Amino acid sequence: MHELPITQNILEIALRHAEQAGASEIKRIDILIGQYSSFVDDSIQFYWKIIAAGTIAENAVLHFQRVPVEFTCQDCGAVYEPQEDTFACPRCLSPRVRVTRGEELRVESIEIETP
Amino acid sequence: MSQKITVVENILSANDQIAQKNRAAFDAAGVFVVNMMASPGAGKTTFILKTLEALQGRLRMGVIEGDLATSIDAEKALAAGIPAVQINTGGDCHLDAVMLAGAIPALPLDQLDLVIVENVGNLICPASFNLGTHMNLLIASIPEGDDKPYKYPTMYRGVQALIISKIDLLPYVPFDMDYFRQGVEMLNPGLVTFPVSARTGEGMQAWADWLVERVKAK
Repeated sequence: MHELPITQNILEIALRHAEQAGASEIKRIDILIGQYSSFVDDSIQFYWKIIAAGTIAENAVLHFQRVPVEFTCQDCGAVYEPQEDTFACPRCLSPRVRVTRGEELRVESIEIETP
Repeated sequence: MSQKITVVENILSANDQIAQKNRAAFDAAGVFVVNMMASPGAGKTTFILKTLEALQGRLRMGVIEGDLATSIDAEKALAAGIPAVQINTGGDCHLDAVMLAGAIPALPLDQLDLVIVENVGNLICPASFNLGTHMNLLIASIPEGDDKPYKYPTMYRGVQALIISKIDLLPYVPFDMDYFRQGVEMLNPGLVTFPVSARTGEGMQAWADWLVERVKAK
C-alpha cells in the first residue's frame, strides 16, 4: 500500500507543471522507476484511477520506464545486472562493485493539451 | 494543441522538502537524530533500551516510536525514564517526513542530545522516505538469515550504520557471516557495522562509544 503517497505525489507534480503551461488536459505522464526504488508500477496504476478522478489528469496514460539495477565492477569495469544470490562481478568475480543505476524515481515529462 | 513538457522531478521531492525542515529544527535545537529501521522482531525496542544503558548518562536521549497502531513501545521507553512520543501510522508501512514533523513538538528537543526514531518494522520502503534525520541505522538480526542484503538491497543501500544483532544466537542458527557481510559491502562499501547482543551485552559498549563520538562531532 505504500504506493498511495507516491501516486499522490505524481499527480501533484503533473498538475503543477500542467497548470503552469495552461493545460486543459494531461494526456500522458512518463515516469522513470528504478528496480531498487522499492515501488511497483502496477500499484501506482491501481491508485491512479481513484486519485486522479475529477482532475484534468483523470484520462492520462501513465507510462512507466523501468530501470533495471546495474552494477559496475571497480576492478575490470564490467557493467552488469546482478544475479539473485550474489552481486559479485560475473566477469572477474571481484566483490569491489558499485550500484550505478536502478534507484531512479522521477516524473520525466508530461504530454498536455492546451486550448 | 498537444505539447510535451519536460519535468524531471523526483517523485519524493515533497517529502524531501519537509525532511529538510525537520533537519533544520533538529539542528536549531542541537540534537542528533537517528532513523532506526529493521524488520519486525529484530529487537528494535530492546536495542534502544540497552543503548540507553550502555550510554550511562553520557547523552540525554529521547525516543520517537513509529508503529502501526499500538503504543506499547513508547510505554516501555517512558517506563525506562526517557522522553518518548508515539506516532501511529494508522496502517502505513513506514514513517514519512510529515509524520515525523508532527511528532517533533511533543519532545523537549532543547533538553536532548540524541533522539532515536524507531521506524515501522519493515524492510521494503522505510529507507526510501527521507525523514531529515542525521543518520539512517539498520538492525539486522541473526535469525532473519544471511540472505537479507540480497533480498532487500534498497534497505542496505540507504543506511550509514548497520547493527548485526542477536549474535548470541550464532551457534544455533545457520548464518554465513562472510556471505552476509559480502552482500552488505557490495551494496554499501565501507558501511560501519557493529555485531552486538543486547541480551549478553556483547558489542553494546563499542556501539555506544561510537554513537557518543558521532553525536559530539555533529
